[in-house]
Amino acid sequence: MSEAAAHVMPQSQTDQVAVQMVGVHKWYGEFHVLKDINLSVDAGERIVICGPSGSGKSTLIRCINRLEEHQRGQIVVDGVELTNDVRKIDSVRREVGMVFQHFNLFPHLTVLENCTLAPIWVKKTPKVEAEEIAMTYLARVKIPEQATKFPGQLSGGQQQRVAIARSLCMNPKIMLFDEPTSALDPEMISEVLDVMVGLAESGMTMLCVTHEMGFARKVANRVIFMDGGEIIEQNNPEEFFNNPQSDRTKLFLSQILHN
Amino acid sequence: MTDATQTHAPGTHPDLPPPLGNRGAIKWMRENLFSSPTNTVLTLLGIYLIYLAIPPFLDWFILNAVFDAGSRAECWERASGACWSVVIVRFDQLVYGFYPVELRWRVDLSAVLLAVALVPILFDKAPYRRGWFVFSLIYPVIAFFLLWGGLGLEPVESAKFGGIMLTVLIGVTGIVASLPLGIVLALGRRSELLVLKVISICFIEFIRGVPLITLLFVASTLLNYFLPPGTYFDLLLRVLIMVTLFSAAYIAEVVRGGLQAIPRGQFEAAMAMGLSYWKMMGLVVLPQALKISIPGIVNTFIGLYKDTTLVVIIGLLDPLGLSQSILADSKWQGLSTELYIFIAIFFFISCFSMSRYSIYLENKLHTGHKR
Amino acid sequence: MSAIEYQAPSFKLEDLWTDRRWRAIFVQILALAGLFAFLAYIVNNTINNLQTLGIETGYGFLNDPSSYDISQTLIDYDSRSTHGRATIVGILNTGLIALCGIITATLLGFTVGVLRLSGNWLISRMMYCYVEFTRNVPLLLQILLWYALVVHSLPRPKNALEPLSGIFLSNRGLVLPGPEFGSGSWIIFIALAVAVAGAIAFRRYAKRIQETTGKIYPVISISLSIIVVLPLLAYFAAGQPVSLNWPALSGFNFKGGLTLRPEFLALWFALTIYTASFISEIVRAGIQSVSHGQTEASYALGIRPNWTMRLVILPQALRVILPPLISQYLNLTKNSSLAIAVGYMDIVATIGGISLNQTGRALESMSIVLAIYLTFSLSISMVMNWYNKRVALVER
Repeated sequence: MSEAAAHVMPQSQTDQVAVQMVGVHKWYGEFHVLKDINLSVDAGERIVICGPSGSGKSTLIRCINRLEEHQRGQIVVDGVELTNDVRKIDSVRREVGMVFQHFNLFPHLTVLENCTLAPIWVKKTPKVEAEEIAMTYLARVKIPEQATKFPGQLSGGQQQRVAIARSLCMNPKIMLFDEPTSALDPEMISEVLDVMVGLAESGMTMLCVTHEMGFARKVANRVIFMDGGEIIEQNNPEEFFNNPQSDRTKLFLSQILHN
Repeated sequence: MTDATQTHAPGTHPDLPPPLGNRGAIKWMRENLFSSPTNTVLTLLGIYLIYLAIPPFLDWFILNAVFDAGSRAECWERASGACWSVVIVRFDQLVYGFYPVELRWRVDLSAVLLAVALVPILFDKAPYRRGWFVFSLIYPVIAFFLLWGGLGLEPVESAKFGGIMLTVLIGVTGIVASLPLGIVLALGRRSELLVLKVISICFIEFIRGVPLITLLFVASTLLNYFLPPGTYFDLLLRVLIMVTLFSAAYIAEVVRGGLQAIPRGQFEAAMAMGLSYWKMMGLVVLPQALKISIPGIVNTFIGLYKDTTLVVIIGLLDPLGLSQSILADSKWQGLSTELYIFIAIFFFISCFSMSRYSIYLENKLHTGHKR
Repeated sequence: MSAIEYQAPSFKLEDLWTDRRWRAIFVQILALAGLFAFLAYIVNNTINNLQTLGIETGYGFLNDPSSYDISQTLIDYDSRSTHGRATIVGILNTGLIALCGIITATLLGFTVGVLRLSGNWLISRMMYCYVEFTRNVPLLLQILLWYALVVHSLPRPKNALEPLSGIFLSNRGLVLPGPEFGSGSWIIFIALAVAVAGAIAFRRYAKRIQETTGKIYPVISISLSIIVVLPLLAYFAAGQPVSLNWPALSGFNFKGGLTLRPEFLALWFALTIYTASFISEIVRAGIQSVSHGQTEASYALGIRPNWTMRLVILPQALRVILPPLISQYLNLTKNSSLAIAVGYMDIVATIGGISLNQTGRALESMSIVLAIYLTFSLSISMVMNWYNKRVALVER
C-alpha cells in the first residue's frame, strides 16, 4: 500500500501542514468508498486528484470540509481535527472554500449577494465592507460588471467564476475544487481554468478534482491517482505523466489522453 | 385579385394578403367553433344550453327581481323573480352579525387597515415597502383591540361577532397563524432527527386524515375536557385554534414539496460556507422553497377561507348561520336561495381574486430570473 | 494499516450542544419529553374533569338501544337497534355517498377536463366558467343551495316531474324503477363473474399472441362485448328472473321503486359538481404535462393518433393524474361529512351527532369517528405511496 509519507515533493514554501489525513475510511452503507487514505498536504501545495468515476475522489475532498463524515481515521485541517464538535466543523468550513461541479449558486440572490452572504452571516462582517471585498474578488475573476445580475442570467463559465469569487470572499486558507469544469461547455473551460491558475500563482493551497490534464501539468505540484477508493499513485506531474508506475494509472492515462 | 396569375421576377414577389376566409372573424369562427363535424355539434349544443339556462336565470336574477319589498309575501305578489329585499334589509346583519351598531365603525376601520396592511405583502413593488411591513406586522394587535375592545375601547364579546366579518376574521387569522406553524412542521418532517420527524408526520397525517368538521366537533365538545377544570375558552378562540392547526398541516405538505424541489447542491454550498442549520434554512433554502410553493399556499388559503363556512355547524353565526336565523323570521321564510346566492357571490369574488393573484404570482415566477 | 483508531468519545456536559451526535440525541429527548409532558397533562386533566363531572367512560353504550330512527339505511335498522348498529349504518351511508360521488365526479371531471382542452372556443370557455364558479364557492353553501332547490323549488309528489316514463322528480326526492331479484338471479351474477374472468383471460391471450406473432386483436371491444353479452344470455336463459319495480303515486308519496331522498340527492349533486371541477383541472394539467414533443415523436414513428394517445400520452399523463386524483377522492369522502348540514345520516351524523348528544359520550363517540376516518385515509395513502414508488420514473 502507498505510504503516507511517500510524498516525493520538493518541499513547499512553508513547512506548515494544511490537511493531514491518516487512515481514513468511509462507507456508504455496505459500500467501502474510501480505503485507508493517508494524505498530507502542506500549505501552498497545489494538488490535482484524478481517477475514474466512482473512485472516491469527490468523497475524499468532501470529507475535508465534512460534507461527508468519515467513519475511521483522522482528518486534521489547519490544525483542527474534524470530529462531531460543531464548533470545529464551523471553524474548518470558515477556513476552507469549496467550488462545486454544478456551481450551486443561490438563484434567489444576486451575484453580489451570493458573495456577501457568508461574510455577513458567518464572519459578521459589516455589509459595506463585505461588498467591497466581494467587488475586489469579482474584479479578480473579471466579472465585476455582473454584480447586480442573478445567477440564471449568466453563462456557465461566468457562474463558475462567481462561485470561485464567492468562496474567496471568506478569505479561505484552502480551496477545494470538485470537478469545476466538467459541467461547462468546452469554450468556457479555459476562462475558469485561467482564474484557477491565477489563484494557484498567488500561493493558495488547492485540492482539485479534475480531468484537465493540461491544468495539472501547468500548476500542480503533485498529482494523485485514485481508483477503487484507494490512492494508487502520487507523484509530481512530470513523473506522473511521463513515467506512470502502476498499470491502472497507465490504462487511465491512455484512456483520457487519447479521447 | 389578379395577383394569383401574375408572375413576378425572382426576388420581387410582394407580400400578399391571405385568401378570403383565412382571416378575420370568419377564419376565427372556422378555426375555433366549426373546425370539424364534432366541433360544430358541440358548438350548437353549447349555444342551445346557454339559450336554455341564461335567459330564465337573468329573468329571475334581475329582470323580474324585487329590491324594495317589506316581506316575502309582498315580493311574491309583485313579481316572479328573486326577492333581493331580504338581502338589502338584512344587509348590515349579514356583514356585522350582532356587533353593536354604534361600534361598527371599529369593524370598518379594521377592514380598511387590513387592506392597507396587505399591500406590501401582496405587491413587491409597493413604495416604502420596509416601513410599511412594520405596520403589517403590528396590524394583528391593532385589529385585536379594535374588534374585541380594550385599551379604553368598549369591550365586545366574541359571541356577538358574525356575518362576513366573522368569515374574514377566521380566514385571515387562520392564514396568518398557520403559515409559520406549517413551515415548522415541514422542516420537522424533513428533519434528520427521527423523533422530530415522526412527531411531525403523525401530526400532519392525523389532521389531513380527518374532515375539518370532526375537528370542529372536537373543539366544541372535547376541548373543555382537556383543559384544567375551570378554564374557559370561548368558542371562537377554540375554532380559531382548530382552523389554524388544520390548515397548518396542509401548508406543511405544500412547503415540503417546495423543500424537496431544492437541489442538494444548495444545501451543500450553504454548509460548505459554514452557515448553521437555521441560517442555511432562513437565508438560502426557505426563500427559494417558499417561492416555489406560493401557488400551493394560496390554494390552501382559498380552501381554508371556504372552509370557514363550516363553523355554522357548531353554532357560530357566519353568513350561513345568519341566513338560517333570517329564514326563521316568518317575514322572510323560504327565501333561502336568494340568501345563499348572495353569500355565494361574496365567496366567489374573494376566492376568485385570490386565485387570480396566485396565477399572477406564478407567471411572475416563470418570467423572472430562471435558475 | 492506519495509525490512529477512532477514540472512544469521553462525554462532557457541553457536548450536549457542541457535539453533533450528542446534540441530536439531546434535542430528540427534549422533544419527546415535551410531548409526553403535554400528553400527560391532557390525560390528567381529562381524568380529573370526568371525575368531577361524574361521567363514566367506556364503549359499553354501543350495545344500548339507540332509540332514534334513520331514514335511509342499507341494512336493517330501527330505533330499537343499538348505537353500534347505528354506527355501522353511518359508515355504510358514508361509503355509499362517497362511492356514488367518486363515480360521477370522475366521469364529469374527465369530460370537463378534456373539453377544457378542446379547440372549440365556446365549449372550452363554458367549461372554464363552470370550473371557476364551482371551485370558488364553499361546498357547504352548494349543498345547502341544491337542497333548497330540491325541497323548495320542485313540485309536490302529486305534480312530480316525469322526465322519463317511470322516473319521478319531486320535493321528496328522485324515484326510479328499482330492480327486483327473483329466484335464479344468481345465475346472472355468476355469468358476470365468468365474463370478467374471461375478458381478463382473453387479454392475456391476446397479449401473448401479439408477442409471438405480432397480430393485434381489438382487445377492448371484444372484452366489453363478452362482459355485456354473457350476463344478457344468462338473463334470458334463466327465464328473466330480474324485474323492475315501477314506482307509483299513492296518497301523498310514492310506493315502490328506488327512492333517492332529497338530502342524498343534494349531497350527491354538490359533491359531484364540486369535486369534478377539481378533477377536471387535474386531468387538464396531466394531459398538458406530456410535452408536445412526445406526440410529434410518436407521429414521426408512424403511430396513429388514437394509438399515440393510448401508448404514449395516456400512460405518461396518468402517472401525473393519479396521485392528485386519489387525494381528491379522499377529499370527497371527507367532505361527505358535511352531510350533517342537510340531515343525511352518515358516520358523523349518527355516532358523532345523535348518539353523542343522547348518551353524552363525547370522548368515545368522537374517537370512533376520528378512528374510522383515519383508518380509511391512511390505508389509501399507504396504497398511494406504494403506487408512487412503483411508477416513479427512473431518473439519475
